[in-house]
Amino acid sequence: MYPSSFDYHAAGSVQEALALLAQYGDDAKLLAGGHSLIPVMKLRFAAPAHLIDIGRIPALSAISDGGANVHVGATARHADVAASPIVRTRVPLLAEVTAHIGDPLIRNMGTIGGSIAHADPAADLPAAMLALGASLVLAGPSGTRTVAADDFFTDVFTTALQPGEMLTEVVVPVPGAGSGAAYEKLPDPASGYAIVGIAVQLQVRDGAIASVRVGMTGLGPMPMRLAGVESALAGTAASTAAIAAAAARAGDGLSFDDDVRGSAAYKLNIARVYVRRALVRAMAASAG
Amino acid sequence: MTEINVSVNGRGHTRDVEPRTLLVHFLREALGLTGTHVGCDTSQCGACTVLLDGRGVKSCTVLAVQANGGEITTIEGLATDGVLHPLQAAFRETHGLQCGFCTPGMILSAVDLLARNPSPSEREIRHGLEGNLCRCTGYQNIVKAVQHAAHTMAGGASAVAGD
Ligand SMILES: Cc1cc2nc3c(=O)[nH]c(=O)nc-3n(C[C@H](O)[C@H](O)[C@H](O)COP(=O)(O)OP(=O)(O)OC[C@H]3O[C@@H](n4cnc5c(N)ncnc54)[C@H](O)[C@@H]3O)c2cc1C
Ligand code: FES
Ligand code: FES
Repeated sequence: MYPSSFDYHAAGSVQEALALLAQYGDDAKLLAGGHSLIPVMKLRFAAPAHLIDIGRIPALSAISDGGANVHVGATARHADVAASPIVRTRVPLLAEVTAHIGDPLIRNMGTIGGSIAHADPAADLPAAMLALGASLVLAGPSGTRTVAADDFFTDVFTTALQPGEMLTEVVVPVPGAGSGAAYEKLPDPASGYAIVGIAVQLQVRDGAIASVRVGMTGLGPMPMRLAGVESALAGTAASTAAIAAAAARAGDGLSFDDDVRGSAAYKLNIARVYVRRALVRAMAASAG
Repeated sequence: MTEINVSVNGRGHTRDVEPRTLLVHFLREALGLTGTHVGCDTSQCGACTVLLDGRGVKSCTVLAVQANGGEITTIEGLATDGVLHPLQAAFRETHGLQCGFCTPGMILSAVDLLARNPSPSEREIRHGLEGNLCRCTGYQNIVKAVQHAAHTMAGGASAVAGD
């Protein structure tokens, strides 16, 4: 299977990529790792006339420790993010979630920015972005702006990215002392994408849950935080009973349908089970 | 057409390609290196795995232009002077293949795996080869082959010496 014909442009810098985007408008697509875009082009679901390769822009794949935040360049490959000592020690949830993506060969090509911009409702990284409270740096014709992950995912495969903009960097706050995190994923046996994926980042102070963010992927039209679970937990004593009560609210705000992946009742059940598992592990991790 | 410059198994090639040419077709059709197979053509099976700058990638999902400037290793490039690579020898020795369709991709994935982790556990081997599907072997002997090769490459005696 071949994609339709297109013109290929290797951007040498973010400025050049933005200029090409401005020039070709809707006829152009950015190409990062190509591991979401090339499959849909081969199936002819997409047929852009121009591909702008951002995978060769020097420094756009850099990972650095800025103290309060870890900065990950948009074209950092999943394999490099998962193996990065900075990511593993400072924001372990990001390393854990990234290691769940596809398989090692996919992780050698796919990029963090491509996955987040693509915003597949069953992708893993969006759940991590929500749980970590990450920010996304978007460069456009009139400069850069920063959008919180909470405001970034807006609908099925739809984000706050505007025409002419590109994602350049992911900024992840470094969790404080007493923090713990976990990602629990039930992969679809055929595709490897999440039927459900639950990312938890929490902080325990003096035996109570001082803060908690729960990002969910797979069971909705877009990745979202589970507000019912978060509010059930916030401020309560960190205990098994509190986890059970919070997990019971995993379905709050979601609506489940019967489909090829299972019945509505099954999906509600796995939402609760995976929330509980993730909370148990995150809480254990917070104890060091 | 776009001009690309790649090194394949240590040999440089400069070619004009249509930008939509997939790396696997470039290797098979432009260079005649048919050891890289097309199985699913949908990024699932890993039969098309090659090394691009030392890392295993599914070449049915990489554009030849994305490989421009890169170093590619295919199954044809693993043996040196007629001597099989330890992984090739181990696959033969431990019956790590039946029909052989998945084998080139499986071996290149295993080369990548052992480069990053020279003595993987059985679990790490199974996870490391997750992107490669085999319809014949049931994987058991593939895992054995990788363990065997890891041992050989670490300097252990090779059971396949001499043939
Ligand atoms: C077999 C297979 C299994 C997979 N399994 C999983 C899985 O289990 N979990 C999971 O989460 N993902 C999975 N993926 C997807 C994988 O993670 C992709 O790499 C990722 O979704 C896209 O990243 P990319 O760099 O390849 O982006 P590309 O395919 O290059 O781009 C994807 C889209 O994003 C746009 N884009 C890319 N970069 C930017 C940017 N910086 N700014 C703005 N727009 C941009 C492109 O224009 C395109 O529309 C799988 C993919 C395959 C092929
Ligand atoms: S042919 Fe490329 S993954 Fe199957
Ligand atoms: S040996 Fe036949 S597919 Fe693996």
